[in-house]
Amino acid sequence: MAEKTCDLFDCGHRACGGCGAALVARLVTKAAGKDSIFVSSTGCMEVFSTPYPETAWKVPWIHSLFENTAAVASGIEAALKKQGRKEKVVIMAGDGATFDIGMICISGAFERGHDFTYICYDNEAYMNTGIQRSGATPYDASTTTSPAGKCSFGNKLQKKDMPAILAAHGAPYVATTSIAYPADLLQKVEKAINTPGPCYVQVHAPCCTGWGFEGNQTIAIAKLAIETGLWVNYEMIDGKVTKVKKVVRKPVEEYLKTQKRFRHLFKPKRQDAEIAAIQAIADKNAEKFGIDIKLPPKKE
Amino acid sequence: MMEITEGSHAVAEAVRLCRPQVISAYPITPQTHIVEALAEFVANCQLDAEYITVENELSALSACIGASAAGSRTYSATTSQGLALMFEVCFNAAGMRLPIIMSIVNRAMGAPLSIWNDQQDSISLRDSGWLQFYAEDNQEATDLHLLAYKVAEDHSIQLPAFVCFDGFILSHTYEPVDMLTQEDVDKYLPKFDPTERLDAADPISFGMYATPEYYLEFRYEMDQAQKRAKDVIAKAGKEFGAMFGRDYSALIEGYCLDDAETAIVAMGSICGTIKDSIDEMRSEGKKVGLLKIRVFRPFPSEEIAKMLSHVKRVAVLDKNISLGAKGATVMEVRDALYGFSIQVKGYVLGLGGRDVRKRDIKEIVALSEKGQGDIFYGLRKELI
Repeated sequence: MAEKTCDLFDCGHRACGGCGAALVARLVTKAAGKDSIFVSSTGCMEVFSTPYPETAWKVPWIHSLFENTAAVASGIEAALKKQGRKEKVVIMAGDGATFDIGMICISGAFERGHDFTYICYDNEAYMNTGIQRSGATPYDASTTTSPAGKCSFGNKLQKKDMPAILAAHGAPYVATTSIAYPADLLQKVEKAINTPGPCYVQVHAPCCTGWGFEGNQTIAIAKLAIETGLWVNYEMIDGKVTKVKKVVRKPVEEYLKTQKRFRHLFKPKRQDAEIAAIQAIADKNAEKFGIDIKLPPKKE
Repeated sequence: MMEITEGSHAVAEAVRLCRPQVISAYPITPQTHIVEALAEFVANCQLDAEYITVENELSALSACIGASAAGSRTYSATTSQGLALMFEVCFNAAGMRLPIIMSIVNRAMGAPLSIWNDQQDSISLRDSGWLQFYAEDNQEATDLHLLAYKVAEDHSIQLPAFVCFDGFILSHTYEPVDMLTQEDVDKYLPKFDPTERLDAADPISFGMYATPEYYLEFRYEMDQAQKRAKDVIAKAGKEFGAMFGRDYSALIEGYCLDDAETAIVAMGSICGTIKDSIDEMRSEGKKVGLLKIRVFRPFPSEEIAKMLSHVKRVAVLDKNISLGAKGATVMEVRDALYGFSIQVKGYVLGLGGRDVRKRDIKEIVALSEKGQGDIFYGLRKELI
């Protein structure tokens, strides 16, 4: 039988149909190329791609623990340097591994300035363990540890600003991107990999299972996040924002109503104040990054 | 060449001669003199290694995992709280079969905080899959690092190893040590040549997850490697003896045991005190001997049973305690002697740096002769 091959991240893995993280793996391996070594954190991607004795990775790959990818990558980079090898080191970690449990290792590694690229596939909660909130979970999202209830609208905290934290560490290249824009993703990952020093790319990767939508809607929802201003694609070079994806903004409601995690904002009754609070988050993003495309005034 | 030197310095020098390519460590008392000395070697171009000054011990060992998987010889050192912070990483390194060598400068575990010596730290990692060597003096602490690399990196083993030596008692003490040369060490220790490594030319996956259909066999394979290590240690220890005159082929060593009625079993620097004490007791006509355990993992059960088969009683000294049970060594020695009609009693002592003197050893022998034991020895009654 002829070998079926889908790039360096092979087909036959066990991700859900419509998994955003699987697209991240496929696109990032494509951008990185075969002369790279991948380091994964514990999480969905690690589990769906490597059930022993099978592996979806056609590049050298290592998974050690949940919180230590940045330290493992530091060691790999040091060893490659000592051996005079030229492979690129790429980390693939979820938002829990990045925003929460891995923060100390990340801070140390970015401070030391190792030459690696850190990709955070951000699906905005701990999906592998059953959709618990993380530091990346957006305001008002209902998760299994921040459930909406009679006296709660879900997650009370706002998403942590990881790109700013890493830019503050002196990372030469920091970017956000989304699976809805593969060309942008490929270009940013390539740029990160070719920039010496520790670089960070945070990829918005909707999770159909965790967020509650049909698997054929993943890209559409990722696109809506951008179009509403709840996710902004931008680049930071040496700490300065240099490139921002501009949009003609839609109301946040159009994004929120597509997902079960925000359903409590619309049923049993519409929660205008909460929707307005989320709209204010998008407005703040729009102002901070200047994403709004000003349309010419309509002719009378 | 004999040199009067500090234990930590002698160990650092031995590590330098082993040519690790990546060193990753975080400072903690009483390990600091080792990592400081290694940093100086790197700063003065006496050691061509990448020295990663990590932000904590979890990262120290994690970086070693990455470097070792990428095919470099690696080294770290820690103790006590630092080792506890590495708990998860220790199991991981062993499970991935990475032959990382780590010095454990034995120290008590808090709380209460104590920087002083006992062996609770490394003993608490006994189930992690690492080989565990324990040194009696600074010469042994130095030599065991070479042996550890040789055994750990052997293709039939591929497990990480602790080289344990007592904090302050050895690490900060000056003793004469026969310092080896680079030429000697290069002759003894071949270049690191792992069977697998992270390599774009031959991509493999490290650290996959195993379902219940596969997990048990992974653990079995690790246990088999531990057991195979006995023969590999014997061979590497003998070779060491042939080259440098100090034979480490045995996992245990007897002292005045041949005609002994009472055998003391112990590990680490306390063995020196015990030997002096035995010399005095022997001059008084007491038939006392020592069985020193140099390798705690793999545990030399059969070897111990063979060496102790003729004694009447065994007094096992533990600088650790599995609270709610007993000291780790006495449990294992009793298991080794199961079926023999030999009295085995345990004595937990020296915890948190409490001094153990010759007279204490004599008193323990006397207690053993009276059939008394399985106690904390040396308690200050007024504090209880």
